[in-house]
Amino acid sequence: MASSGTKPEKTGQGLFARILGSRAPVIAVPYLWLLLFFLAPFLIVLVISLGDIALAIPPFTFKGGIDLENYALLTQDALYWRSYFSSMQIAGLSTIITLLVGYPIAYGMARAPVQWRAALLMLVILPFWTSFLIRVYAWIGILKKEGLLNLALESIGMIDAPLTILNTNVAVYIGIVYSYLPFMVLPLYASLEKMDRSLLEAASDLGCHPLKAFWLITVPLSLPGIIAGCFLVFIPAVGEFVIPDLLGGSETLMIGKTLWVEFFSNRDWPLSSAVAVILLLVLVIPIVLFQRHQARLAERDG
Amino acid sequence: MKATTKLLATAAAAAISMAAMAGLPARADEEKVVRVYNWSDYIDEEVLKDFEKETGIKVVYDTFDSNEILETKLLAGKTGYDVVVPSAGFMSRQIQAGVFQKLDKAKLPNLKNMWDVVQKRTEVYDPGGAHSVNYMWGTTGIGYNVEAIKERMPDAPTDSWAMIFDPDVVSKFKDCGIHVLDAPAEIIPAALRYLGEDPDSKDPEKIKKAEELLMKVRPNIQKFHSSEYINALANGDICIAVGWSGDIFQARDRAAEAKKEFSVEYAIPKEGALMWFDMLAIPKDAPHPENAHKFIDYMMRPDVIAKASNYVFYANGNKASQELLEKEVMEDPAVYPSEEVLEKLYTTTAYEPKVQRVVTRAWTRVKTGQ
Repeated sequence: MASSGTKPEKTGQGLFARILGSRAPVIAVPYLWLLLFFLAPFLIVLVISLGDIALAIPPFTFKGGIDLENYALLTQDALYWRSYFSSMQIAGLSTIITLLVGYPIAYGMARAPVQWRAALLMLVILPFWTSFLIRVYAWIGILKKEGLLNLALESIGMIDAPLTILNTNVAVYIGIVYSYLPFMVLPLYASLEKMDRSLLEAASDLGCHPLKAFWLITVPLSLPGIIAGCFLVFIPAVGEFVIPDLLGGSETLMIGKTLWVEFFSNRDWPLSSAVAVILLLVLVIPIVLFQRHQARLAERDG
Repeated sequence: MKATTKLLATAAAAAISMAAMAGLPARADEEKVVRVYNWSDYIDEEVLKDFEKETGIKVVYDTFDSNEILETKLLAGKTGYDVVVPSAGFMSRQIQAGVFQKLDKAKLPNLKNMWDVVQKRTEVYDPGGAHSVNYMWGTTGIGYNVEAIKERMPDAPTDSWAMIFDPDVVSKFKDCGIHVLDAPAEIIPAALRYLGEDPDSKDPEKIKKAEELLMKVRPNIQKFHSSEYINALANGDICIAVGWSGDIFQARDRAAEAKKEFSVEYAIPKEGALMWFDMLAIPKDAPHPENAHKFIDYMMRPDVIAKASNYVFYANGNKASQELLEKEVMEDPAVYPSEEVLEKLYTTTAYEPKVQRVVTRAWTRVKTGQ
């Protein structure tokens, strides 16, 4: 579905451009969107981050001068870099687990009989029909002490005392892997489905072991899918707030929560704006790398 | 990413509201609407219906579940609300920031019904009650699962902060789950009180002492959170929660309704506990200040506030309502403490921004254990 969908989309775009007579308006729409809903708010945050906290409406002032004091504070307190680092760590490990879980799923889907694929794809997308928040809440019911998981394990005699999973980092990993799995499976499926299977047949004819053939042929050919999937999981996971808040324990330190505390508990809009600006920079770098990779890919395909 | 988007959205909203800050003049004849922003699960809906029936003013009612959310909206300005219900400590700071208008006491004849005991204490936050009247008040104490505690420590000091702050005691309950409010402004004063210090201390050295005590007991605490403990306590997932009185009564009632094999109790620690107040106030830019006054005056009617208290199980600041309260509310010493206990309850004031930062840092270290 994903790969067959790209072609009509291209011709559709061409048609759209022809109707308008010129490309410029078509290009202007997304740029205007970005300008209005990304760049303008970002500039507001950037400006606030240069001010000082004040007891007023709104709670910041530029009377103390416009300076980088808040950014300096970020470097002085270990809390912030620890939060950034811990967020990257949690997001990184979650991405690896998601890849390990998602790859066999995508592989199975791509190898399934053609008439099944649409249904399988549907099953991957299906969770999106329920609110993300409700699905994370459902995990509380599964993981808690008197929850479904512990009851099931106890009833089959695997454990004597209930496991404490909820409110630990383990629950955060489970939550992130579960929530972001479709974002990993879909690009993987798209690239695996496109693969020319006669390559594997040729390898087998030449006496290559299936495992080796998988490693030498399938994995490299699915690399674009792996990279796309990893970015789609890693980037939102770094700034994740809801999952660590609901499933995580007190020791779960993530930048999203640190930012919440600065903004709501400390009412320090300038400092939390600085945290957000740095977070954005931390995330923009992988996005730029990703874009470059995509561009290179497009060149090769085109 | 999500947090960033949320922040961006808030910042954009702030910018828009700044642009619109010119403000609208109050109209002489207001439309028949009053917009109220109150805590969740904090009113008997019938009270609102009765008000609509009597005055013909429609109540638009929204809820929040933390002071921080309310404060952020108020400080961004232009909330569109006519009546809001901050806790007193937060409110005193918001008054300084110029968030609220002065009440027109000529429009509030029911002020005569208010209880001087509560009024005297709220004076600290709002001198002369110029900006606010009390809605409900309560305490921050300890909720516990009676059976789970008995099983682990038959002679547990359930009436003392030692339940949480004595490492020898609290470690006995680590396995059954302990939740503590994620509210440094309530837990640090409790720790200071247990140490025999002034709970309202703003001295960084003293706050450091509270932090050290909390650090010692934190390995036993499963989570710092301000609302999950209601369900967790009611379901038996945890056995101790440091929380707000009314919330723990809710957990107690839910456990009883579900016919659980255990019961939940609430204790005001004998060392003393925080007495907090939720106050009715009118933002400066409220679109319907006339109706807001009418609403506040209505809430000060003894029969009305008694109905509200009977429903939510919180004490109110209205003396005249006390004879109209149900027995199980009025005679429950955990809701209306005895004179003697009342003497031991303390109040706290807001931290200055600089001290606030010290407090938040200490709190983050306690929560994360690093």
